[in-house]
Parts: sequence; C-alpha cells; structure tokens
Amino acid sequence: MITVQDLRASYEGEEILHGINASFPEGKISAIIGPNGSGKSTAIRSILRLMPDISGSILLDGEDMGRLTRQEIARRIAYLPQSRSVPDVTVGRLVLQGRFPYLSYPRHYRREDHEKADQALEWVGLSGFSERKMENLSGGQRQKAYLAMALAQDTDVIMMDEPTTFLDIKNQLDLLDRSRILAGSGKTVIMILHDFEAVLHYADHVVLLCDGRVMTSGSAEKVLRSKELTEAFGVTPGFYEAEDGLHCYVKG
Amino acid sequence: MTNSKSSSTADKRGWMLISAAAFAAAAAIMNICLGASSVTLPQLIRALISGPDGTAAARILWYVRLPRTAACLMAGAGLAVSGAVIQKVLANNLASPGIIGINAGAGLAVATCCAVGAYSAWAVAGTSFLGAMAATFIVVTVARKSSASRSTVVLSGVAVTACLNAVTQTIITVFPDAALASVDFRVGGFSSVNQSRLLPASILILAGIAVIITLTNELDILSLGDDTAQSLGLRVTRTRNGMLTLAALLAGASVSFAGILGFVGLIVPHIARRIIGNESARLIPFCALLGGGFVAVCDLAARMIFAPYELPAGILMSFLGGPFFIWILLRRKEHQP
Repeated sequence: MITVQDLRASYEGEEILHGINASFPEGKISAIIGPNGSGKSTAIRSILRLMPDISGSILLDGEDMGRLTRQEIARRIAYLPQSRSVPDVTVGRLVLQGRFPYLSYPRHYRREDHEKADQALEWVGLSGFSERKMENLSGGQRQKAYLAMALAQDTDVIMMDEPTTFLDIKNQLDLLDRSRILAGSGKTVIMILHDFEAVLHYADHVVLLCDGRVMTSGSAEKVLRSKELTEAFGVTPGFYEAEDGLHCYVKG
Repeated sequence: MTNSKSSSTADKRGWMLISAAAFAAAAAIMNICLGASSVTLPQLIRALISGPDGTAAARILWYVRLPRTAACLMAGAGLAVSGAVIQKVLANNLASPGIIGINAGAGLAVATCCAVGAYSAWAVAGTSFLGAMAATFIVVTVARKSSASRSTVVLSGVAVTACLNAVTQTIITVFPDAALASVDFRVGGFSSVNQSRLLPASILILAGIAVIITLTNELDILSLGDDTAQSLGLRVTRTRNGMLTLAALLAGASVSFAGILGFVGLIVPHIARRIIGNESARLIPFCALLGGGFVAVCDLAARMIFAPYELPAGILMSFLGGPFFIWILLRRKEHQP
C-alpha cells in the first residue's frame, strides 16, 4: 500500500505536481490516467524519489520512504519506465539484473538470483529466449523481458509507466492479464494507462490527474463517468452493457 | 536444454578470453624478440633467468625491450579499458578517453611544461597525468552542475576540449620551441620509455583495472538508462562520476608515458564487443588483453616497417586503425537488412 500526501515536485524551479493526495491499495491494479502533460510520469517518478526536487509525504506500508535508502526502495518497488532503452545484452542477463538490489559488495549473482531470474522468465513465457539478444526481440517480447526483470526484483509493488504503449492488441491484453494475476497474488500494481476500455476492465482503482493535481479518484466506472474526466480530457465516454459486462467507448 | 546452451556459450566466451591472453602473450614475445637486433626464444629465456648482468643481448632485453613491451601492454590495456568504460557509461560507442578531455588536458599540460623549459621525462609524465585528470575533473564538474546526464557529460567534454585545445595552440604559437619539444608526446610512442617512468603509471593502471573489474555489474546496470538503474538501487550520478574518474586515471596514466595514442580507446572496445559481447565482466578483461596485444603489435610494426628508422607507434595506429574502423563500419552495413 502506498499513500501519498501533499506530494509536490518541481523541475528547474517550476512546480509540476501541486500537492497530490492519493493511495494505491495492495492486491489491486491502480491506474493513473490523465491527458498528456498532466504529471502522470512525474507522479510515479516522484513516488520512487527519482525526481530531484520533491516534498510531501510518501508512505510505503506506513513507512516514510524518505527514510529508505535507494537500495531498500529497489527491494520493495520495481519500476518499468516509459522510455526503455534496448540494451546490448541477452534476455537472460537483463532479467538477472533485476536481482541487483540484493547484491552486496563485491557484487556476484548467486544461485538463488539465477533461479529467481529463470522463474521470472518462465512466468512471462520467455524461458527459451535466455540467450537471445534484446535487440533481436519484438516490441512485445522486449516488454515481457522488462516485466520479467521487474518480477525478478521480487518486490511488493510494481510501477509501470505506459506499459501497453507500442504493443499490438494481443500483447496489450497479455500484459494486462499478467498484471491482474500479479495483483491477485497480493502485489500492488500501479500503471499509467491511456485506453479507457483497458482502464474499465483491468483497473480496480483509478486516479485522474490534470495539470499536476488529482481531479478525482475511485473505482474505474466512477472516474470514467465523472464530470472531472470530461473536463480533463475534453471528451465524454459512452457506455454500453454487453454479455461480458460494461464497456466504454469514445466518439471521435 | 537452456542450461546446456548457456554453458556452451559460457565455454565459448572462456575460450575467447584465453585466446586474447594468448594473443597478448604472443604479441609481447614478438615485441621483445624482434627488432634491430633480434633475439631467439631460448636467448630470451636464458636472459630472463640470468638477469640483466649477463650478455649484451640480456642487457638489451632488460633495459630496452622489456620496459618497452611492458609499456605497450600497459598503455594498450589502460586505454582500451578506459575507452570501454567511457563508452558504457555514456552509452555512446563513439566515445573514447578524448571525449572527457584526457588528450586535451594532457596536451595542454605538456605544452605548458615545455613552454617553461621543463623538458625532463618526469616533468612531462607528471604534468600530462595531472593535466588529464584536471581536464576530466572540469568536464565532470561542469556536467554535475547542470544535470549530470550522459549527453551533458559529452557536451561538457566537447566544450572543455575545445577551450583547452585553443589554449594549447596559443602556447605553441607564442612558444614555438614548445611545439617541437612536445611533438613526441602529441604523436605518441614508446621510444623514450624507461622503467622509472613506467612503474608508477603501471601500478595505477593495474589497480584501476582491478577496481573496474569488481564494478562490472554496476557498469552494466548503468547502461540500462538512468531511471532503470536508479530503480534498481544504483546511485547513478555517483557511480557515473566514479567510473569516469577511474577511466581518466587509466587513460591519464597511459598517456603519461606513451603520449597521445588516440585510436586505441575507440577501436579496441569496438572490436572486443563484436567478439565477446557487451557483458562487462568479460568485456573489460578482454579489452585489457586485446588492447595490450594490439599496441604491442603496432609498436613492433612501427619499428620494423622502415627499419632502421622508427615510426612513432601513434602514427602507425592511426594508419592501421582508421582504415580498419572504416572496414568494420562498411561490413556492418553489409550485414544489416
């Protein structure tokens, strides 16, 4: 569980987040949504203390994150940033690097680290790709490899910045299904999403950001039907019932 | 199935490291034995056993060839590892020790030294090392004062290098004797190497490489990008600056006795990556061995091609390295779809 109180972040003297209050419950998928430039990535980077100039309180299971070292944070929160490089390494090596927070100096990966990395690779369905170079994978496979690295990190919280961007629909659904399984296993999953339909189907809790402020939060349906969403995006989603439940759409 | 494939890849890489060690050893033996007066392998072994007080051949070996070969191996290893570290830290395969101001700083220091009449080998070696380190300190400080990102370090390096080169050119214009006195340093070579200059630099190079080998996991994490590296618990700015300082130490110690050997720090890491891959735990020792062997071969060729005249090794490296690098680039283009 992550609780954020009056979180403010500035970059080059300009305040980008203006006192955010939000909570992200454990065992759930929390989605952060908002128009471009609303501060979604900054919010995630601030929670992880990756932004240089932040203030406010960030509690991880009730513990002040400001008191944790970078290594302690890495043992509790895994993060998939928005722009991921394509490193010149094999998939197996990349996933093994998820165990880096657990190494003490001099850093050598132990048998346990290799086992965790192998399990993570198997879980995302890439166990046969260990020796393949990352640059030789498709976009969807690379995303899975990074997810495996985050899993190898063995944390209670996983944060993902636009994990479905650049993925085809099958890979998007695959990643979201896997995220649901992870949340079902008790992990706190926080992700930035743009697709309202995906938000409605997969998010248990939604935080709507606009201009660096929380406009509203709550269940996916509540937030998607809110007037704050219409104000933030300038569109009003429509809804319809189908056999498999509620769906939403946005008219062009 | 996966395990057997992984272990066969590991075996292959192990053999590549052994091959690189054999190449460096063969290059060193040839560098020692071949030259204006050639020495056979049995003579070399006898001289090594008997020490420097034996025959004339033994004295040549102990006082000329061995220090020179050791200098080639040290400079090659130092510059190649320095280049590999800088390329990894900056995620830029075109980076080399020159990009963080090593050459410009050392060049300015030596030109200044010569302009004030301090021509001794110790003065040149000491000031070039201090100049290289000072230039890197300025580059890293300027980068840290802004954002300390990879691109800031490169831009800061370009700006500082331009400033230092301008000062060097001014000194050379005002003091023409400084240009003549520092020409050996600027082209790079091993004709004036001796044990006393080599020893302190070698200690720095060996210690630096040893420290870097213990930090290869950090290097790999750093190359994943700042946000990913930080989220994995790495203190990115501190690690990057520490790595750049270590790289500067290696390159600065190398240029202090070998002068400016521009191509080694760029081309050797490239070749090494193509052979053994980008994983630092293997890349760094492989670079050290390949770099040492490469410089020893170049130095031997520089002595042999126009014998009895000797080309500075730095010039020969540019002659060989430039076309070879172009060939690599063209070959890569052919293999791209």
